[in-house]
Amino acid sequence: MALERVKRTRNGGFLVRLTTSERETIRGVPSMLRDLLRGGDPADPALQRLFPPAYADDPERSAEFAHMVHDDLLAQRMAAVDTMERTIDADRLSEDEVAAWLAAINDVRLMLGVRLDVTEASTPLDFEGDDERAASYAVYAFLSWLEEDVVSALTPGR
Amino acid sequence: MTAGSTAPVEVERPAEEEIIEPDVPWIVIVWNDPINLMSYVVFVFQKLFGYPRAQATKLMLDVHHKGKAVVASGSREKCEFDVSRLHAHGLWATMQRDR
Repeated sequence: MALERVKRTRNGGFLVRLTTSERETIRGVPSMLRDLLRGGDPADPALQRLFPPAYADDPERSAEFAHMVHDDLLAQRMAAVDTMERTIDADRLSEDEVAAWLAAINDVRLMLGVRLDVTEASTPLDFEGDDERAASYAVYAFLSWLEEDVVSALTPGR
Repeated sequence: MTAGSTAPVEVERPAEEEIIEPDVPWIVIVWNDPINLMSYVVFVFQKLFGYPRAQATKLMLDVHHKGKAVVASGSREKCEFDVSRLHAHGLWATMQRDR
């Protein structure tokens, strides 16, 4: 198995081992997510994916639910963005900080995945010939690898 | 986490609403999506519901292969709390009456 990019240490912290170029790749994650969350266009499919309806068949109750929880969910997401931004160059993270990275990374994967309309069968070849989308997919794919390592590091008993 | 607190809220309900809302439990459904990682979904089920790894993995595989799985059930308030936590983790979750 390849070197884990994120690894739990014996004292309960986490080591982050990223190359310079990998670090540059994730540096844009917090601002990408903040822009989406602050953009606030309710019709943005990426934003709808982060705040989906709670009731599959009841728009009225879904609206009540959104009214009740949206601000808290938004605040949680923004807090994760702030934590990841503050610790973006750190080699050691606390468990709470790793959890914030995981939240922000997963949210940005959802955003990019929606924008790129990815499927379970998507490959880089699908985005050849469109530099902007190919670059977005490369970020998406790297974040998927990184997220696997983060989940593995956070999972108990491993 | 504070979203959708389970603390009961005293609300005066009109009598007819009691008739419209029979005491049927609610269920929380997680739907398949092409973006969330399988390992992440297992992790979230373990973290939020305390399911053993084997049960969390089975639920994830149900979501993956059958398109959805019931991951929790209970009162409407409890299910709203669970849905809000699943949404906070980026999972596509909805709730409905169990019937």
